[in-house]
Amino acid sequence: MRRYRCHKIAKGKAKGEIVISKDPLCFYLVDPKDGQVIEKNHDLEGKSIANKIIVFPGGKGSSVVQADGLYQLQQENNAPIGMIIKYPDTVLVATSIIMNIPLVDKVDEDFYSIIEDDDVIEINADESIISID
Amino acid sequence: MKLTSEEKDMLAGKYGEGVALAMEIQQAIVEAFEPERMVEISRVHVALSNQEADLWFVEKLLKKGNKCRISPTVNPPYNLEYFKNYIEFTQEEVDIIERTRKAYREIGATLTYNCTPYLENNIPRFKEVVAFSESSATPYINSIYGARTNRESAQSALCAAMTGRVPEYGLLLEENRRGQVLVEVEAKIKSDFDYQLLGYTFPRMNDYHDTIPVFVGLPDKISSEALMNLGAQLNTAGAVSLYHIVGYTPEAPNIKAAFQNHQPRNKMVIKDEDIQETYSSISDKKGEIDFALFGCPHLTIKQIEQIVNVLGSRKFSVPFWVCVSNLTKSLARKMGYLDTIKSAGGHLVTETCIDQPCWKFLSGKKGVTDSPKCAYYTKRRNMSFYIADLSRATEAAIKGELR
Repeated sequence: MRRYRCHKIAKGKAKGEIVISKDPLCFYLVDPKDGQVIEKNHDLEGKSIANKIIVFPGGKGSSVVQADGLYQLQQENNAPIGMIIKYPDTVLVATSIIMNIPLVDKVDEDFYSIIEDDDVIEINADESIISID
Repeated sequence: MKLTSEEKDMLAGKYGEGVALAMEIQQAIVEAFEPERMVEISRVHVALSNQEADLWFVEKLLKKGNKCRISPTVNPPYNLEYFKNYIEFTQEEVDIIERTRKAYREIGATLTYNCTPYLENNIPRFKEVVAFSESSATPYINSIYGARTNRESAQSALCAAMTGRVPEYGLLLEENRRGQVLVEVEAKIKSDFDYQLLGYTFPRMNDYHDTIPVFVGLPDKISSEALMNLGAQLNTAGAVSLYHIVGYTPEAPNIKAAFQNHQPRNKMVIKDEDIQETYSSISDKKGEIDFALFGCPHLTIKQIEQIVNVLGSRKFSVPFWVCVSNLTKSLARKMGYLDTIKSAGGHLVTETCIDQPCWKFLSGKKGVTDSPKCAYYTKRRNMSFYIADLSRATEAAIKGELR
């Protein structure tokens, strides 16, 4: 098992498959019914983020849409279970704290060079550790 | 991080449970940004959205007791009473909006229901520390007034309204406000609409994390409407909450000052063809339309005048809706513009956002708007748009097609 240090933003633990996005993500442009990204030309267009750990640069979009989008995904049990980002912004940070979704940043570059979609990883934000089976 | 004794008391619940919850969330935000202290704020704007998450959170705070220490102005939901004359709402929709309006009233918000408070009644001064959410508002007050806010979410801004302070990090600190990317605008930027496209073009051509552009090459005179458009699009297509325009905005009297004597991290040139590419990536150039929708952000009285000047005594051939503030509608009434638009079959509607359930009668249809932001968010509501300059879009609403 490989372990990587990270920096806790929103507390909690999650284990599951990852989905990697090159583009920043706006949760409002994700269909709550199946967790599929509907934003045109997005790196994840047509892919589902439901119950996955998302690895992405950070959030984008207006000040309400992240919370509105994630809340609806949670109501349908299609929200992501964890998030790993590079660039924290207040909107995404506040949203993940309020929605109780573990969020971390400052992960070693090594981590990014070995991960692939669907790898199973575990985030332990409370101890600032990410582990890969 | 050091807390004052008052802040410790807030966290411990001495000022009530609502304040304690708000402070607890703010302390979690602190984990991400590691500030040294909290600072008091004097103004708040909350981007009320009238969606489930918004309602859930404001009711959660309200149930704990307490009112806002700083009464925030708020974004629009929709004008239920006005739209009831035209469409039917489900009981669930009526419940959500009635509960939302009640919750914000009881928590002590100033019920402006307008997304351009920075042009009307929530105007900070230079260097004033505030907490503003709403994507057109944050860049406007940071960039044009030189006030200081982070890119707050609706919920983090509401927490700030409860505690009367924010963690001091990011754009509240002088050194973090320096420009990062020098943007030489070679493209011809003339109309207010050109600023919409410029605002959409910068994030498209830029690295995601370099988020403070410094523009050079823009005209000497720029309207408030153009600046409203620029900020709204920069902060929608990217996450730009502060920009500088050399020789124009208060923190950029010259290039050196804009970069605080540092070198730009990056440079780019925006040419006519870049603007054109942005336009073709977000809109088709012509075609038939089913409706016209404006007011994302809320149109100003000058923009209403522009519509009326194009309209003359003609009639619209498709449904024509404009979202405006109460002030703008009142001015339009007094100035005769409202009569002109109403007799042409159009509507000026107050206290309403383009991204609300009141627009369900437009689902599956194709309209025209002047705002890329409007077209971007309403995909969720199955609406699609041609995007065009306000005058051209008004003409399209008269002809029934964009030419």
